[in-house]
Amino acid sequence: MCDSDKLNTLKAKQKAWQEKAEAKLAKAPERKKDFTTLSEVPVERIYTPADIADQDYEQDLAFPGEYPFTRGVQPTMYRGRFWTMRQYAGFASAEESNRRYKYLLEQGQTGLSVAFDLPTQIGYDSDHSLSQGEVGKVGVAIDSLEDMETLFNGIPLDKVSTSMTINAPAAILLAMYIGVAEKQGVSSKELNGTIQNDILKEYSSRGTYIFPPLPSLRIITNIFEYCATEVPKWNTISISGYHIREAGSTAVQEVAFTLANGIAYVEAAQKAGLSVDTIGPRLSFFFNAHLDFLEEIAKYRAARRLWAKLMKERFGAKDPRTMMVRFHTQTAGCSLTAQQPKNNIVRVAYQALSAVLGGTQSLHTNSMDEALSLPTEEAVQVALRTQQIVAYETGVTETVDPLAGSYYIEHLTKTIEEKAMDYIRQIDDLGGAAMAIEKGFIQKEIQESAYHYQKAIETGDRVVVGLNKFQVQEPAPKNLLRVDLQVQELQKQKLNRLRSSRNNEKVQACLAELKKSAQGTENLMPSILESVRAYATLGEICDTLRSVFGEYTAVSTL
Amino acid sequence: MSTGRKIRVLAAKPGLDGHDRGIKVICHALRDAGMEVIYTGLRQTPEQIVSTAVQEDVDVIAMSVLSGAHDYLFPRVMDLVREKGLKDVLVLGGGIIPDEDIPALKTAGINEIFGPGTYTSDIIRYIQDNVKQKS
Repeated sequence: MCDSDKLNTLKAKQKAWQEKAEAKLAKAPERKKDFTTLSEVPVERIYTPADIADQDYEQDLAFPGEYPFTRGVQPTMYRGRFWTMRQYAGFASAEESNRRYKYLLEQGQTGLSVAFDLPTQIGYDSDHSLSQGEVGKVGVAIDSLEDMETLFNGIPLDKVSTSMTINAPAAILLAMYIGVAEKQGVSSKELNGTIQNDILKEYSSRGTYIFPPLPSLRIITNIFEYCATEVPKWNTISISGYHIREAGSTAVQEVAFTLANGIAYVEAAQKAGLSVDTIGPRLSFFFNAHLDFLEEIAKYRAARRLWAKLMKERFGAKDPRTMMVRFHTQTAGCSLTAQQPKNNIVRVAYQALSAVLGGTQSLHTNSMDEALSLPTEEAVQVALRTQQIVAYETGVTETVDPLAGSYYIEHLTKTIEEKAMDYIRQIDDLGGAAMAIEKGFIQKEIQESAYHYQKAIETGDRVVVGLNKFQVQEPAPKNLLRVDLQVQELQKQKLNRLRSSRNNEKVQACLAELKKSAQGTENLMPSILESVRAYATLGEICDTLRSVFGEYTAVSTL
Repeated sequence: MSTGRKIRVLAAKPGLDGHDRGIKVICHALRDAGMEVIYTGLRQTPEQIVSTAVQEDVDVIAMSVLSGAHDYLFPRVMDLVREKGLKDVLVLGGGIIPDEDIPALKTAGINEIFGPGTYTSDIIRYIQDNVKQKS
């Protein structure tokens, strides 16, 4: 680092250089007046040691695997092993999704990621009236343990790690996963994977909520508590900025609102008598990889440093694992264009590279056709190959956090951290994330950013290649993946068969027991697990809980 | 335009889909263009949407679905629009809708479909050009 004399000389020289550069602007102006990141953070012409003179290597960056983890959560990062390549997949029936998973594993994917259809995510069986038209559309339809057995048929659950994008009914799907493992002779203690289980961002950004915040937070802390002893390797939550960003937030808002939700979960767990170091090590995160390459890299680094400080300073965490942001990344679905879809391959490649340079633990790369439909097998293969090329060919994995020390990256990391912390303070003042959502604050902030972004595209201030510049006439895309309404009929038939073949008295007894647990204060997991084992359906279990907890009504923010 | 009444739009999210970025952006844009916009929020059944459209006496129903359930939900809304005798209401659909689905949706009575990348200004112009405003 520079000493103060050197720094002053540098500043004086930089000023002279700046004046010289600006003198030429009249003749050769820059492309635009204001340069900013995608998130509207101002960007200067250059960055120099003066911009990071107040940073201290040992305090602010430190070594990988050491507090505050700015440079990564492991000492060796990708020199040890690559990130987990995990493509989010699932559609139609359990049979069809099972085939896709086996295909992906054969292609060298290293973890599974299950997409459920909307009825499953919102706790309705496939034969519910509100499920009409939605069964198997955005993911696989799971009505009971029977479907889950089919979904993982021939896939050894002690060998794979499985991420499940499931929130409001996360406890039930986790119980089903444990149920399948039992049938395979695999103990729950050996299971590896993640449930998303992040209800707060469902209220603010993603929409698959069922119950109101209080009982939802109880279910979440029940899961934390149960897994701490029974499923110790499981990531009990994936605190997700991804959907906040997809809903239109900026990078700063993504970090701020995600970590604010994380704070709320830690506080809820503490209220339930769980210490920060009991639950902290199993918390995981999920971020978006958007278009602004350097801003995204800084974003991941800022999130790591800020969370580490929050856990240590605010919550008094002692276990370093509690302070680590281990995260999954998905490239930005909202950045894909329906126009000239092959261009999306290139976007995804840069986004994937930013996630890797930012130190992600696992990665989903979007397929080129996802602005149009669920991806075809061919498109998924290109997407998976994209991250394999980043891993095996680009060389960026050979040293840890290679962009550390870049004046711009370090300055931007600090700026994002500070701006995110400003938001967290505002949310604290509103009474925490749950209250900030109840008051519509977070939703409105996201909405405004989304509208601003759209206007920038329509005025041409922001160029989207193929959409508002470099357009071509092109034929309508062909061979898109389609899920037809037949899947719904097949699910209904399966449900009818199940309801007539299972022991219905046992099901009723389990559900009555579950209701009693819900009315009391005990952990819900054991009675959910019993209901699942008896082949109670997802809808029946959720209806039982609805009858005690009620349903969430969204606040209007428009 | 027979009176000074503002164009009234019902912006709706049918089905279970939670993607509301697009519809909210459109709500903002239509309001900025001087229209009155009522937003239903998420998880509306076709019955709820059409009943709100009747109650609010709207000129336009603008629906957004990104879950792929448009093939069931949009025609269902149109059936109810006819059943309830709603006349001269412009019905628009948007979201992730494959081109090959559009003819069937138009046959079902949806006036226009707007896909990903559509400018809000194009939607505004379409409404202004095609709305049959009530007095």
